[in-house]
Amino acid sequence: MTTVLAPPKPQAAVRFASLLAGDKRYKILEAHIKKFQHRQDALIEVLHKAQELFGYLEDDVLRYTAWQLKLPASRVYGVATFYHFFTLKPQGEHTCVVCLGTACYVKGANKILAAVEGRTHIRPGETTPDNKLSLLTARCIGACGIAPAVVYDGTVTPRQTAETTLAQINQWVAP
Amino acid sequence: MTLNDLQQTKDAELAARKRIVLRCCLAASCSSSGSKGVKERLEKAVSEAGLQGEVEVRGVGCMKLCCEGPLVAADPANTLYVKVTPDNAAAIIAALRGGKCTLPQADPGSPFFALQEAIVLANCGVIDPERIEAYIAADGYLALHEVLAEMAPKEVVDAIVKSGLRGRGGAGFPTGLKWGTVAKSPGAKKYIICNADEGDPGAFMDRSVLESDPHLVLEGMAIAAYAVGADQGFIYVRAEYPLAISRLQNAIRQAKRVGLLGSGIFESPFNFNVDIRIGAGAFVCGEETALMASVEGKRGTPRPRPPFPAERGLWDCPTLINNVETFANVAPILRRGADWFAGIGTEKSKGTKVFALAGKIRNTGLIEVPMGTPLRRIVEQMGGGAPAGGAIKAVQTGGPSGGCIPAPHLDTPVDYESLTKLGSIMGSGGMIVMDETTRMVDVARFFMEFCMDESCGKCIPCRAGTVQMHQLLEKILARRATARDLAKLEELCDMVRNTSLCGLGQTAPNPVLSTLRFFRNEYEELLQPELHAAPPLTAKA
Repeated sequence: MTTVLAPPKPQAAVRFASLLAGDKRYKILEAHIKKFQHRQDALIEVLHKAQELFGYLEDDVLRYTAWQLKLPASRVYGVATFYHFFTLKPQGEHTCVVCLGTACYVKGANKILAAVEGRTHIRPGETTPDNKLSLLTARCIGACGIAPAVVYDGTVTPRQTAETTLAQINQWVAP
Repeated sequence: MTLNDLQQTKDAELAARKRIVLRCCLAASCSSSGSKGVKERLEKAVSEAGLQGEVEVRGVGCMKLCCEGPLVAADPANTLYVKVTPDNAAAIIAALRGGKCTLPQADPGSPFFALQEAIVLANCGVIDPERIEAYIAADGYLALHEVLAEMAPKEVVDAIVKSGLRGRGGAGFPTGLKWGTVAKSPGAKKYIICNADEGDPGAFMDRSVLESDPHLVLEGMAIAAYAVGADQGFIYVRAEYPLAISRLQNAIRQAKRVGLLGSGIFESPFNFNVDIRIGAGAFVCGEETALMASVEGKRGTPRPRPPFPAERGLWDCPTLINNVETFANVAPILRRGADWFAGIGTEKSKGTKVFALAGKIRNTGLIEVPMGTPLRRIVEQMGGGAPAGGAIKAVQTGGPSGGCIPAPHLDTPVDYESLTKLGSIMGSGGMIVMDETTRMVDVARFFMEFCMDESCGKCIPCRAGTVQMHQLLEKILARRATARDLAKLEELCDMVRNTSLCGLGQTAPNPVLSTLRFFRNEYEELLQPELHAAPPLTAKA
């Protein structure tokens, strides 16, 4: 397994100490890393927790994780960018995830997506300029029996149409 | 825990059972249609009617007919209420007392239910997945006890070989053979991995099994660990399945508490621990070597095989990787005998297969049928055909690695060999029905886009080939392509299929090849005549 050759520079320790002091979320993340005994194979678990805490993986969080697990920053960045679940950009206040699995697709999920894109002028993966809504797509959320499904702020909603989706989104986005 | 304790738990559970049970589906599909509210209101209605002594409101896993959710079943009357709202609670309780009920119901004797044969899904939608006692009352962990008390590891492997069980994850590799190889591999440390990274879009069988009967999978894993000599297991489950993850965590905690996981299980020298690893959204991690890299906390990229995981897997130790459904078959096989299992299904494909029926079909949901069931029986009798009288055009199996089976071939029996012969695969069990409005070239483009996005980028044929094939499909759909482009596409399919490193690339051309085989006219209709002399190959249209 890859490890950093040189011990962490003293500046790094000082820098992360100030992060820890300034933000309670880092304390929680540290406790989580301790639970995994700083094991390097727990990287994905740690990133899950970090994203849950911070909403997205900002540079400082990635550097902090690398330092705590004694991994090169490149390895942490490599893993964070490999998996779709991790996002390096902050999300809007609300999220709308349109499932594009096969069952949803043959039942018209692409029409739902087109309607949302037309209404908000953003593409999947983007956030509206007023930071109200992030539009995302999913490869399949396993809700094929109730397709097409859309996830609003984490709540899976069955049998959606372009109209019902727009009705939901209009509550969030300024006209 | 001893056999006696197991029996006592079972007796206590059965003795506490009430006369009437209202089963309320709390699996992901029904939950999203509001089944939690239904359960709460039912509980309230029961206590208001003063029936607590007689009626149990039980939250259960998937009750299979997902399109009609939320579902509530009343036992022993065997009534199945569909599309239940919280306001229906009072009417359901009134019906229990013999009142007349006008709520919409589904017929439990209809082909959708009657033609199923439940092995993996036997407890699914029947027991409470959050209580280990409920699983024990359904003879759970008896097989593990028998294995530990009476069988040598070799005998367990032999029983699985004899049963004819094949991997349910897609390729259909004989499970017993795999177990035997891991058992024989030298090494003090061995691992078991349960592949619950159900990445195929359109498949939700593994999710349903984990949500509805997590202990069945744990018991199967423990038996496998004993057979191959492992003491540590991992379940690699998708982050997209939060309910499955929480039910698994709960099940592992309970099993540890009563001593069915951990050290000295059933007072034998056998130890087994299970950890959950949560995936992070990468389809390629369904491939076993990529999955192992991900368990080790790395980028999920595959590596060449051999060495196979059975020889050198997780941290270079011999590793057994099986799918959720494969593990779920293990305990029933050992409890009821290999011969019983081998008696179900066809000559080369034994047992049953769980399918997730979805798409343009009346009854969507979860079905388990014996291997060799004709496709027509599944989609027309059980699925009820296309909605609003439309005609079924094709059935897609195997997700992005599979193919489309056209309507004239619907009499094909569902087994590994027959599906492969038609250019599709069994896959993990997603079955998407398409009707006349579905354009097959668009379907091929959809899957190619999926493979293009999900290609990990390690080997060039897959990384570059999927992009090129996707562009050609886009060009065909935009009516800008000529016969030369189609020929190029076929050539690329062949190249990517034969030169990619892992299963993702090797099977990525399947949706294109199978739609070309059966629906070539749809491609040709979109082609443009060759107007000019052929342009040089480097020019892009």
